[in-house]
Amino acid sequence: MIHKIRARLAAALLLCVTGAAHADTFVFTAIPDQDESRLMTRFGQVADYLAAELGVEVRYIPVKSYAAAVTAFRNNEVQLAWFGGFTGVQAQRLVPGSRAIAQGVEDPQFISHLIVHTSTGIEPSDDFPLALRGKRFTFGSRSSTSGRLMPEHFMREATGETPQRFFSRVGFSGDHSATIALVQSGAWDAGVVNYKVWEQARAAGRIDDSKVRKVWSTPPYPDYHWVIRGDVDARFGNDFTDRVQAALLAITDEALLAAFPRQGFIPASNEDYQLIVDTARSLDLLD
Amino acid sequence: MRFMPEAAWNTTAGRFRRASLWLGLVGVLAFLLADLEITTLSPGTELARIGTGFLTPDFAATEFVWQALANTLAFAFQGVALGVVAGFVLALGWRFRGVRAFSAVIRAVHELFWGLIFLQITGLSPLTGVLAIAIPYAGIFAKVFGEFLEEADARPATALPSGSTWLATFFYARLPLILLPVRTYSAYRLECGLRASAILGFIGLPTLGFHLETAFRQGDYSAGAAILYLFFLLIGTLRWWLHRHLLPLYLGAALWWAPPLSSAPAGTLWRFLSEDIVPAPLRQDGGFEAFMQWCLRLASEQALPGLWHTLVLSSAALLLTALLSLLLFPLVSPRFGSPLSRGLGHILLVILRTTPEFLLAFILLLLFGPSMLPGIIALALHTSAIVAWLGGRFTLQWPARCDGATGLRGYCYEVLPRIYPNLLALLLYRWEIIMRETAILGILGITTLGYFVDAAFAEFRFDRALFLILVSVLLNLGVDAFSRRLRQHLRLSLNEGRTLARLPGADTTPPRGAAP
Repeated sequence: MIHKIRARLAAALLLCVTGAAHADTFVFTAIPDQDESRLMTRFGQVADYLAAELGVEVRYIPVKSYAAAVTAFRNNEVQLAWFGGFTGVQAQRLVPGSRAIAQGVEDPQFISHLIVHTSTGIEPSDDFPLALRGKRFTFGSRSSTSGRLMPEHFMREATGETPQRFFSRVGFSGDHSATIALVQSGAWDAGVVNYKVWEQARAAGRIDDSKVRKVWSTPPYPDYHWVIRGDVDARFGNDFTDRVQAALLAITDEALLAAFPRQGFIPASNEDYQLIVDTARSLDLLD
Repeated sequence: MRFMPEAAWNTTAGRFRRASLWLGLVGVLAFLLADLEITTLSPGTELARIGTGFLTPDFAATEFVWQALANTLAFAFQGVALGVVAGFVLALGWRFRGVRAFSAVIRAVHELFWGLIFLQITGLSPLTGVLAIAIPYAGIFAKVFGEFLEEADARPATALPSGSTWLATFFYARLPLILLPVRTYSAYRLECGLRASAILGFIGLPTLGFHLETAFRQGDYSAGAAILYLFFLLIGTLRWWLHRHLLPLYLGAALWWAPPLSSAPAGTLWRFLSEDIVPAPLRQDGGFEAFMQWCLRLASEQALPGLWHTLVLSSAALLLTALLSLLLFPLVSPRFGSPLSRGLGHILLVILRTTPEFLLAFILLLLFGPSMLPGIIALALHTSAIVAWLGGRFTLQWPARCDGATGLRGYCYEVLPRIYPNLLALLLYRWEIIMRETAILGILGITTLGYFVDAAFAEFRFDRALFLILVSVLLNLGVDAFSRRLRQHLRLSLNEGRTLARLPGADTTPPRGAAP
């Protein structure tokens, strides 16, 4: 028993070798766009569900950042991953043959909010507020689609300049929650956040309307999706990719969906993310 | 016009005054050039949340926190042990310029960058954690041990009968002379290794830093505080559980808990060398001209501004570190205060040197807004706590006299003059380290070299990352050479290990956190 527990923990903490010894274990990873606490517990349930549906051993490993997730996917340490739009594209390019197979119901129409400290005096509008010129501005994580890539794209369209020129100072807070906290404190005048994180922070009472407000939203763009490696069929059986896709699309259990959090999953394909590829190229984030 | 007679000008004290003056002027100049804008409006709410978090630590909020603690220990023990062995082997060839250059290069790269490189090659595995610590530490150990061997008394070796083999000479006439300082220095480095191991969690290895960074980044301050307290406890209690005789046991446990194996498939090393780090224009057959353009663009857009900001930030931080060290070391010196005040002083210094700089920078960012200021203060607080802790121990070097001066008079006329050379030497060793640490301040939006390296890794452009890392290696080598010359000029010990080995009590107990 003790051995079993230890073995599981060791596995959980990435402390064993994948590859030959665990060739039959299907490994996936996911970073939710909000609330990264207790990942093992929350995604462990998803692993159990997939194991029951697919009839193979399924394991979840937690990763720190989008970049770490892409690296693990590239190294075949994980075969399936829940990526943001940009990281999914990075993964598809680094692992030839990999495929986007599902996305959240919300993801084809994702948006980001521009938030400002109230002292800037900027009011909500339909157009990007050019009065932000010369203010201090922060993105979220560097490789975040909703916290950096797409907002930067739409901001460049609106201002005709790079953010580094338009603003007096540009930072990367590293996280949507940190962006909200730092703009609310006035450390940065403005920032962009994922709309779901903003709504959750608002629901949790973490937003002080007298200090921070939402003033603009980006046009919709595609974001999070599941990407699976192209070599899984050879390893787990002919129709394995299709079965994984079917299993993901069939998730209806609220408890499982809450981990992501999404209302459900719908099919996706690599072509859905061409906008992201083009944008990343124009921002010189992809060669 | 000289305002001092020639004799007074050219004394040891004169040299120290001038060196201090110049370093101070460089620091002041850096402060003038640095961007120190203070802009913040309403940090109250968030600071109150952080404060509440620290008052209500939640030890149950983080899953697998004990495993993370065990991993932190396991990576540190294995990494430092491997570093000691490899460093020792390198030290044997210290008289070769190539070995010295190699050691200088591997220690000039930050542990986090080694970690990011090995993530590509050995995956999210214990081996990555171990190598990320072992490689830069091997470079540090090689230098320190090599200089021990250089400085060791040569007479025992020449006294051996002629025809003694190299092996016999080494084991009977060389090794015994340096064993003690080697042991002391390795023990000191273990604490550094534990901090490094925890920090490796920031890039995704399963150590304490993994959960710590997530918790603070997401504003879950109670969970973050609990992990930080655990880490303080680990470092603060080192002296009670780290004994020389238990080391083999700890190392064995570390190997059992986290066998240093790779989790990546075969071929990743070759992929890294033959594809990843090949500059993009060459990979895409752009030819030499395209390659030159790529280099020029990278140099002008990233490397040069990065170099400049790194220099300004670290010089300003060095000055503030010096001032803070002078203020802080009496807190833990037996020459001042009471046992109670010293106890509290020790706790304060453990907290300051154990709290990762990025955390200090985040809190200071809320207070002061984004500029170099939070970075300078965070780096200075962290580094001065280390210098002050060692400086306080140097005051034990000479016997206390009952008629000796106390208080401010004792500080100015007895203690400070005696330990000043040691403090200055430690500060000069630390300069290089401050420079490496500027890497992690991307949250402030300060474009140091590390900021661009970080970006290159996030974009999976290892060619750019390597280019920028090489630039930072050159910078580190330059600073190292400069500080070496300065120490030579001041006749300070050139060897950090030698300076530390002179610490009182160094032969029996390694310098540690809560020393009484």
